[in-house]
Amino acid sequence: MVERRPALTVLSHVVLMLGVLVVAFPLYVAFVASTQTSHEIQQAPMSLLPGSHALVNYRDALLGSAGSAGSNAPVARMMWVSLVSALIIALGKIAISLLSAFAIVYFRFPGRGLVFWSIFVTLMLPVEVRIGPTYQVVADLKMLNSYAGLTVPLIASATATFLFRQFFLTVPDELMEAARIDGAGPLRFLRDHLLPLSKTSMAALFVIQFIYGWNQYLWPLLVTTEEPMYPVVIGIKRMIAGGEAAVDWNIVMATALLAMIPPALVVVLMQRWFVKGLVDSEK
Amino acid sequence: MAQEKRVSYRSRWLPWLLLAPQGLVIAVFFFWPAGQALMQALQRQDAFGLGTEWVGLENFQALWNDPSYLASFRTTALFSVLVATFGLGLALLLAVMANRVLRGATVYKTLLIWPYAVAPAIAGVLWLFLFAPAVGVVAHQLQAWGLPWNHLLRGDHAMALVVMAAVWKQISYNFLFFLAGLQSIPKSLIEAAAIDGAGPWKRFWTITFPLLSPTSFFLLVINIVYAFFDTFGIIDAATQGGPGQETAVLVYKVYYDGFKALDLGGSAAQSVVLMTVVIVLTVLQFRFVERRVNY
Repeated sequence: MVERRPALTVLSHVVLMLGVLVVAFPLYVAFVASTQTSHEIQQAPMSLLPGSHALVNYRDALLGSAGSAGSNAPVARMMWVSLVSALIIALGKIAISLLSAFAIVYFRFPGRGLVFWSIFVTLMLPVEVRIGPTYQVVADLKMLNSYAGLTVPLIASATATFLFRQFFLTVPDELMEAARIDGAGPLRFLRDHLLPLSKTSMAALFVIQFIYGWNQYLWPLLVTTEEPMYPVVIGIKRMIAGGEAAVDWNIVMATALLAMIPPALVVVLMQRWFVKGLVDSEK
Repeated sequence: MAQEKRVSYRSRWLPWLLLAPQGLVIAVFFFWPAGQALMQALQRQDAFGLGTEWVGLENFQALWNDPSYLASFRTTALFSVLVATFGLGLALLLAVMANRVLRGATVYKTLLIWPYAVAPAIAGVLWLFLFAPAVGVVAHQLQAWGLPWNHLLRGDHAMALVVMAAVWKQISYNFLFFLAGLQSIPKSLIEAAAIDGAGPWKRFWTITFPLLSPTSFFLLVINIVYAFFDTFGIIDAATQGGPGQETAVLVYKVYYDGFKALDLGGSAAQSVVLMTVVIVLTVLQFRFVERRVNY
């Protein structure tokens, strides 16, 4: 610090604590609601102290409860769908982007510029601007309500390709020459030298893309119409479709917390790679 | 940094094989649908999907003359401005404070970044629960203070609700980038100004803020992209574009017209308009990134 100003330091802490509290408030209310009965919540205003129904609520949410309004599919199944899709999307993006970046950086072939350009253009075509026709393609390929439909259309990644390209360009040329002298072909070089070097980039990308995959909403909303294939983010939306009064808020909030836990854990536990991934993928 | 390798492998088929997975996905799920969108934007389909006819720019003219589409443009503009202003302002305030404190900075950071991990739709549900007119704790408190909160009836309340949820989710991202930007400002500059007698307030506005402008411009573009395209989940979960169409931003309208109202031509024309918006924003983004590197 440049100079001692105790009053300002106190003010900084106060502002930061206020910020943390405001940011955490919706989470706290969700947690409290997930420990009360539906009836307790309906008696507005609900108590802001935790109730005693946590276990029942989370069990009902995870395993599904008969007799509630709206959707009551088991959340455990939805979490599984979300997990599988997020993993396929994250790992798939990393794999195909790594291969394309390798081809673009380490090979000289006619049409390379065009390939690079066409990967770049996909940045300008997010799902949101071509939902109708993309849905049509997926429907024609009979991929609705399948993991393939949920993941494959989202798996191409210009940002990940650029990130690996940037990284490969910083790898010294001597490494490749040495490998070549030792008789290693391109694939061997990729496996034995580039892959181990790319570990940090891969970890950083994994965190970002896992969250991206887990939090997908618009696309699963279109391609899943059957309950067993709902990711949890869609499932929760279906639960509140019944209108305010008919909603079992305690179950909905329990589901919301369950849906938040995996990506939040990934961010908090892998914070270093998360920050690196965010910053790198914007370069 | 070099843009090329001095040495490279030569192979007629291997690079194509390596590019095949990415290329296939891009061709089938990006270029083909985008081409279809362009084509459908120039066509009209009859209600039963039996025949199509070319109608030229009629779909675009219809959009231009559709008051609800123009209203959606205004809604999107208002929404983006509010999200960007509050998102950037609050994040900057928190980042400046976090940059000042020595103790606990990492703890604050951890406690502030987790909303990034929350899905937009979940963020929408959380804030909906706080502000639900009958059961929401905040809504109830507002009513007790004499503000009859009801976002199901009042458009301005609905807009406030989705803006709050969107800002809440985006603050963590802005905060991280502002903090990184602040930490890269040379301490010697700040110290020199302090020796010259400039107080913290003056130092912030004459040194820190101008030096932070590349980060701020970059974040401004990112936040507008976010407000345009990544907030669909928030809006669909919290207000469904309502009441009426008061919170139906452009992306919501594309979805609604294409999948609920089944107006394929109109929806495709809207897609084309949105594509133009993305292209403009991407170009802007890359120009700013370019500038940031030079700086």
